[in-house]
Amino acid sequence: MGLDRRNFMKALGLTGVSLTVGSQAKAAADPDEVVEFYGMLYDTTRCVGCQTCEISCAEAHGLPAPEDAPEAGVIRKTSETRRTVVNLFNTSKGEVYAKTQCMHCNEPACVSACLTKAMYKTKEGPVIWRGDKCMGCRYCMVSCPFDVPKFEYNSPNPKIVKCDMCYDRLKEGKIPACAENCPAEAIMFGTRRELITEARKRIHDQPDVYADIIYGEREAGGTGKLYASAVDPKELGFKTGLLKESYPALSKGFLYTVPSVFVLVPVFLLGIHEATKDKNLKEEDENE
Amino acid sequence: MSNHAIPMAKDNDGKPIIKFLLSELKPKGKIFTPFNIISAPIILLGIVLIVIRFAKGIGSVTNLSQEVPWGLWIGFDVVTGVAFAGGAYVLTFMVYILNNQKYHSIVRITVLNGFLAYLFYAGALLLDLGRPWNVVNPIIGNSFGTSSVLFLVAWHFLLYMLAELIEFSPAVAEWLGAKRARKILSGMTLAAVIFGITLSCLHQSGLGALYLMARDKIHPLWYSEFIPIMFLVSSIFAGLSMVIFEGSISNKVFFSQISEKHHHEHNDIVISLSRICTGAMFAYFFLNVLVFIHDKHWNLLNTPMGYWYLLEMIGFVVFPMLLYFYSYRRKNLTLIKVAAIVTMIGIILNRLNVTVIGFKWEEPVRYIPSWMELVVTLTVIFTEIWIFRWIVRRMPVLRDSPLWAKKQDQ
Repeated sequence: MGLDRRNFMKALGLTGVSLTVGSQAKAAADPDEVVEFYGMLYDTTRCVGCQTCEISCAEAHGLPAPEDAPEAGVIRKTSETRRTVVNLFNTSKGEVYAKTQCMHCNEPACVSACLTKAMYKTKEGPVIWRGDKCMGCRYCMVSCPFDVPKFEYNSPNPKIVKCDMCYDRLKEGKIPACAENCPAEAIMFGTRRELITEARKRIHDQPDVYADIIYGEREAGGTGKLYASAVDPKELGFKTGLLKESYPALSKGFLYTVPSVFVLVPVFLLGIHEATKDKNLKEEDENE
Repeated sequence: MSNHAIPMAKDNDGKPIIKFLLSELKPKGKIFTPFNIISAPIILLGIVLIVIRFAKGIGSVTNLSQEVPWGLWIGFDVVTGVAFAGGAYVLTFMVYILNNQKYHSIVRITVLNGFLAYLFYAGALLLDLGRPWNVVNPIIGNSFGTSSVLFLVAWHFLLYMLAELIEFSPAVAEWLGAKRARKILSGMTLAAVIFGITLSCLHQSGLGALYLMARDKIHPLWYSEFIPIMFLVSSIFAGLSMVIFEGSISNKVFFSQISEKHHHEHNDIVISLSRICTGAMFAYFFLNVLVFIHDKHWNLLNTPMGYWYLLEMIGFVVFPMLLYFYSYRRKNLTLIKVAAIVTMIGIILNRLNVTVIGFKWEEPVRYIPSWMELVVTLTVIFTEIWIFRWIVRRMPVLRDSPLWAKKQDQ
């Protein structure tokens, strides 16, 4: 008698305990594995519209320097040659500048839309585009609720262009070019958690200066780019009707039915086939 | 007797394969028909435009923009074209799953039509890809974006084409006189049919599911979480209307191919199909009403887009549904054909409303396809028809299978 029931249960229990403890111990021993998403907090009350962010962004990514300046009533858009722009708005609190670029969603629609994993949410937080995988279908553009990805329509070897939070610079230990060069300290780089705390603090300390909202905290399920703003984001032309949940969740229901359809429908079809075959035989018998 | 009536179409009967293929390559039938005279220059122009598109980028021939990244080539060629190809899975369901032999004589032509539609519309997709050399990434390699609906659709297109090729392959074998191959291939039909219907259910709805994440960009009268189901249900009557429409043309153009018996059967088939269409359209309309009531979009009805929506629903769903109903009860074949055409226009409207017309409907600058996009779309359609005709004139698609093949089936 090698193993009786009692011993077996004991062994099973021990294995179970060691498995759970083992994994806990492993997680604790390797804290580097837990990386928080980085993001950027942009403060409209500090921005002076000097375009240094635009210029340094263009320099960092080999794009042409901006030729036009922010002007109230004119919406400048990001494009295949511009990853970020600053616009000027006439608001209830006077003139306010607002910078736009990729929002680096926590659960990006573009990443879940990409069928080749060219759009990729790095573990550090930036959403990047990888040209060696992309087939140029532009489904990311269709899906992005912020309309961020841009496409080089006039190139035989087109690229998707968008802010990548200077992912290459992050890997070198530097911070994004726009955040580093902003003379007004309107752009703050840090982990998303730190940034939300900082934004809350600013809103709490100066309730007259800030609108009581952090744009990006919950929009599209939360974004890496956060805004502390003097006015309601609606006044800055921001999309405010967006879902508070992640966009990939919209197609989740459909995708989850796929495996069950694949298992159940063929069985069902085969069943009908067999059933109706018998019926036909019966009819033939009756006819004879 | 029927063999004498059709001197042009003959299956290989013992000739060496190469010699037979060479003799079949020659054109059969008249060269200067009105269809050829119109389509040939358009195809040539389309080829020139395709060359320009690859040399200078998509922007050189299309009016696509950063706001509207998918236009006519996706909205019409792919999304609408695939809906029209839905007849194949509906008919194979009735013939091979329900064992309803009534529709057997039109299965082959429908499957061929479906296969070519997929082949060419997937081809049209390649024209729309900015970096087509990476098209294999989701299929081979390690770049599987499994969370993407488009990943699912891409795989399904590929697998479904394979399934339809297998379903059609006995006709090729009969044409080549390959008796052994035919036996093996027709043994695979049921499996291919089951696989094909499952794939169709998923990618017909998947084409709708592509737009689920574009929640804020599609007009609320056309966007709902039920787009996938709407697309699936409407593909049933879209496909069958195409079968009716295509059948009425094929019966004239390929008159000599069709035996007397099948000519008689055909009217009966068309009447039954129109009955199915009525049912499917009623289900579709009912679903639309349910979604509309639940989403409470009453206030949107009294807007220009609301009138457009009502026109689509009443003019191109309810009206052809009633027309189908009336004409199958009266057995009026002409009216059935009219209903089929109205239904098809309705499907084009619906798919374009979701993908192009209702997409970013508030943008100040709207997307309107360029004439070059239209020409390329026509090129795709005409080339498909040329290939379709080439095959029908050679293989036993409409005409009866050779005797040896019939014996094999018994």
